[in-house]
Amino acid sequence: MYAFEIERPGTLADAVNALKGEDAQALGGGQTLIPTLKARLAMPATLVSLSGIGEMKGVCIGDDGAVCIGGATTHAAVVREAAAHYPALADLASHIGDPAVRNRGTIGGSLANNDPSACYPSAVLGSGATIITNARDIVADEFFDGMFATALDEGEVITEVRFPVPEKANYQKFVQPASRFALVGVFVAKYSDGVRVAVTGASEDGVFRWSEAEEALSRDFSADAIGGLEVSADGMIADLHGSSAYRAHLVKVMTGRAVVAAA
Amino acid sequence: MPKDSGIGASSKRREDIRFLTGAGNYTDDINIHGQAYVHFLRADVAHATINSVDTSAASQMPGVLHIFTGSDFEPIGGLPCGWQVTDKHGEPMQEPKHPVLAHGKIRHVGEPIAAVVAETYAQARDAAEEIELSLTDLPAVMDMKKAVAEGATKVHDDLTSNLCYDWGFVEENKAATDAAFEKAAHVTTLELVNNRLVANPMEPRVAVGDYSAADDMHTLYTTSQNPHVIRLLMGAFVLGIPEHRLRVVAPDVGGGFGTKIFHYAEEAFCTFAAKQLRRPVKWTSSRSEAFLSDAHGRDHVTKIELALDAENNFTALRTETFANMGAYLSTFAPSVPTWLHGTLMAGNYKTPLIYVNVKAVFTNTIPVDAYRGAGRPEATFQLERVVDKAARELGVDPIALRRQNFVTEFPYATPVAVEYDTGDYEATMAKLEEIADIGGFAARRAESEKNGKMRGLGVNCYIEACGIAPSNLVGQLGARAGLYDAATVRVNATGSISVMVGAHSHGQGHETSFPQVISEMIGIPEDQIDIVHGDTSKIPFGMGTYGSRSLAVCGSAMVRAAEKVINKAKKIAAHLLEASDADIELKDGQFTVAGTDKSVAWGDVTLAAYVPHNYPLEDIEPGLEETAFYDPANFTYPAGAYACEVEVDPDTGKVTIERFSAADDFGNVINPMIVSGQVHGGIAQGIGQALLENCAYDENGQLISASYMDYAMPRADDLPFYEVDHSCQTPCTHNPLGVKGCGEAGAIGSPPSVVNAVIDALQSAGKDVTHIDMPLTPARVWDAMQG
Amino acid sequence: MTSVSMTVNGKSVSGEVEGRTLLVDFLRNDLRMTGTHVGCDTSQCGACVVHVDGEAVKACTMFAVEADGAAVATIEGQANADGSLSVVQQAFQDHHGLQCGFCTPGMVMSAAALLKENPKPTEGEIREYLEGNICRCTGYHNIVKAIMAASGQDVAAIAAG
Repeated sequence: MYAFEIERPGTLADAVNALKGEDAQALGGGQTLIPTLKARLAMPATLVSLSGIGEMKGVCIGDDGAVCIGGATTHAAVVREAAAHYPALADLASHIGDPAVRNRGTIGGSLANNDPSACYPSAVLGSGATIITNARDIVADEFFDGMFATALDEGEVITEVRFPVPEKANYQKFVQPASRFALVGVFVAKYSDGVRVAVTGASEDGVFRWSEAEEALSRDFSADAIGGLEVSADGMIADLHGSSAYRAHLVKVMTGRAVVAAA
Repeated sequence: MPKDSGIGASSKRREDIRFLTGAGNYTDDINIHGQAYVHFLRADVAHATINSVDTSAASQMPGVLHIFTGSDFEPIGGLPCGWQVTDKHGEPMQEPKHPVLAHGKIRHVGEPIAAVVAETYAQARDAAEEIELSLTDLPAVMDMKKAVAEGATKVHDDLTSNLCYDWGFVEENKAATDAAFEKAAHVTTLELVNNRLVANPMEPRVAVGDYSAADDMHTLYTTSQNPHVIRLLMGAFVLGIPEHRLRVVAPDVGGGFGTKIFHYAEEAFCTFAAKQLRRPVKWTSSRSEAFLSDAHGRDHVTKIELALDAENNFTALRTETFANMGAYLSTFAPSVPTWLHGTLMAGNYKTPLIYVNVKAVFTNTIPVDAYRGAGRPEATFQLERVVDKAARELGVDPIALRRQNFVTEFPYATPVAVEYDTGDYEATMAKLEEIADIGGFAARRAESEKNGKMRGLGVNCYIEACGIAPSNLVGQLGARAGLYDAATVRVNATGSISVMVGAHSHGQGHETSFPQVISEMIGIPEDQIDIVHGDTSKIPFGMGTYGSRSLAVCGSAMVRAAEKVINKAKKIAAHLLEASDADIELKDGQFTVAGTDKSVAWGDVTLAAYVPHNYPLEDIEPGLEETAFYDPANFTYPAGAYACEVEVDPDTGKVTIERFSAADDFGNVINPMIVSGQVHGGIAQGIGQALLENCAYDENGQLISASYMDYAMPRADDLPFYEVDHSCQTPCTHNPLGVKGCGEAGAIGSPPSVVNAVIDALQSAGKDVTHIDMPLTPARVWDAMQG
Repeated sequence: MTSVSMTVNGKSVSGEVEGRTLLVDFLRNDLRMTGTHVGCDTSQCGACVVHVDGEAVKACTMFAVEADGAAVATIEGQANADGSLSVVQQAFQDHHGLQCGFCTPGMVMSAAALLKENPKPTEGEIREYLEGNICRCTGYHNIVKAIMAASGQDVAAIAAG
């Protein structure tokens, strides 16, 4: 790692202020950032740790019934605190990384990083969640901007994520055997006004919605409803762990399984 | 009743106490006052000419003590290769220079180019970024078959080609083997890849060099399986330090699996730099660095053909293998695809004619050397896959076909130059059928099918050769070292014993199992006996731990030394008891005059040896300490039969191991608990090779599985409980313990059964799939199912 | 440099660290508590697992500064006050749940964390919980068995080998 300073603000306001410094970068749980720093792939002057900001932690229920998760809430806390309100989301969180990683990694850190194989982006996009930052509200459909890119401005901090709770939902993760990230992960959520299907791990553009499946499942929420659909391999990731055709195939398989599990 | 101590007891491991309480002493735990840190600048391209290495700016960076480059090592020897193979024309292999730091050319990604020594590790790494390299890229030589084609780019300009050797074994058998194929009723052919692996002991390598100018003494602390081998190779061939001025210490070592046998550049560097700089110099590999600098394993491309007669008897076997050496010859690399591979091609079968051809090839990749099993897994995999394929082609039961062709009479001289002293392959197969409940498979398959899964059963046999020896034979085969081992049994005055052994324990539990043997021989409690290992200043010159040799070779040396001790002690006892030493018996720590109740305790005799007041000084020396060197007459030949049951998800291609069973014959067993543990670990590595692990390069020579993000290590949820059995025991006939070796069996015996099981599952579900190359990842299995 | 203080195995410690100093480096290099190991640099192997305020974390993926004020527990503090092995440690010895010992500190710390959360885990729950702890020696058989035994379950029926 290159040398840097760490600041540990106790309030969001102090954090936002600290992030205005030159080459300052937010530090969530660090579970992705620290390995990146070890490989000397990032060179911040200052890391602003968000882990000491109480107002950014925890799960609550909004007036509209949405599950609201503080940006600095660990995956383990989501597993514990969201299970009763949004079981599919808690279940997704329970399979991120491993137990020790879940005790440190945060939802805000995961979303800001937008790893194309991370789990959370599929839940956020699949739920049509809203990302609340210190500056504004960003709807999920406008947040993710391709691999490792988001709508966040420099110094902008995810303070909360609001998930409308669906009637039914499920996440199916097919793991990449080495990293245990999603080789393909599909989040399916059925709302009264339609079904959303979000796919992570598969596309070179990062998380995306499979709109054909959404339409079919909105008409008929059953695995059979997507039986006739095909996912194009164009634009799918191809690597050591699977071809683009394989990933495209898995998108359909995992979507079907998520529908069955959700139903 | 199981025994509670001595040979055959599952004694709990004493070394566990320090490992479980954080009190282990691994090399990275060693910090010497005043130590500096080295960071190696490593090549990020596979093949290039080095035009210049400019360290001027880097040298001015904070904390930098010195920066070494390849030219600093020019006057010094390179890293030696410990085995010279002779090719099929009788010519020695091509042997390139292997510099400590790259000089003139870069030949693989990860090759060290410069070494920055600084006050802190971070400073060393910061400065390394300021080194200016001028390189001219060259095409990377990656594909072995293309590498040996006419006109290929050469990895080493001073060699005639990229072919290290073209080895035929046994060359005299070739014509007869070819003729047998002409006459065969059936020939089964299989082309396969034995995937390149990275050993990945959980402790990355570490080296700490220290130098005392006052007594001109060099000390190297290193993560080694064989400190004496390192002392000899590094002292004599690289740095020119005589043995008495060089101490090599391998303290607690966090796993080896072969990759810590070899002498590495970093060890030589730290030893060298410590003297140059008059500072201790420490190097700790990161895992990322380990992927780029530890010798890799396997990486064979093979065509194997099996000829059968009309009654399905194996009549001949023929193989052609391309074996990747990487860019340089690692310490024992040339022996792995030849003497550790060709000699095993008979397997458990009485195939009368065998011809093995191996072409060892240089490529722009990290050197390849022994990894758990070393040549034997490659032999077993191809043989047990081709036998399985033959059974499927002929429509016969794979177990029956194996049984029909088993070697049944021992000793058995194979057509590949080795003689199996003992074995009972029918017994291990019968035991396997029992513990694997092969009779119940059909019902389990039906159950899987009900759940929408394909289920397959795969079996295989294996034979292993452990304790490679004797030295005079291996010398003829090209070994540049002896392959004996040594032990000193030092009895202390009050009867406790320290045994200094050449073998090194890095997970094998020697500190527990070796005392069990001495305890059994003398009849004193195990806790009266300690094992000393891992420090050349304390132990006799032994060759260390690899090839499942520790107990069979070093344990035998220990027995011989203990026998000498006992014989001398009997003489002392005879004196004390005023009897003839021929009449003295030793049992339960008591010397007794046969047929009488006259006895003297072990401790009284040992005390007499060191306080020789009432002692026959004119006949025997005082003291009770003996050393023995043991050079085995032959290899040992563990063997067994393994079975794997898998479920395959037809939608995703994911393979799940549902059952895994192993019936091994290790001869006599000292500590069954430890032996089972060794088999478990070997099976996990074998399943890892079969399903998960793949060391992959791209066409430019970049390692694309260079961390645990892409190199799939087996985890707890990839694996089942294993059913292992070692009750079939045909003791080795030529070592005093009748032991054979168990360390590698699991890794050798498991990959074919996994692949056989997957093929069985797919074929039984009507898929026309005859082979899939390892690792059988979901993507590969799914691809195969698509046709 | 930043001052940090914390308790490690109940004892107050403090030191001066850089921002980039990892908790594991603070333990190993500053406190010379070398029981906690480093086996990878991508946060996967788990040899470095310690407990911070009662939760298992990877000490190689947390900065020492972030542990300021925390209660840290390491392998060195797991044995009973009289020096005897803890239930988990003893089960690992009884069932041969370790070989080279390098992953063992992390395995024991993860096992202890699991049993606190789930006092009677099934085989499957144990295997899943150990997703972040890699062992190259044991094939996990005896680790899983040891953890089941430590939780008071009868492991006699498990393939003994």
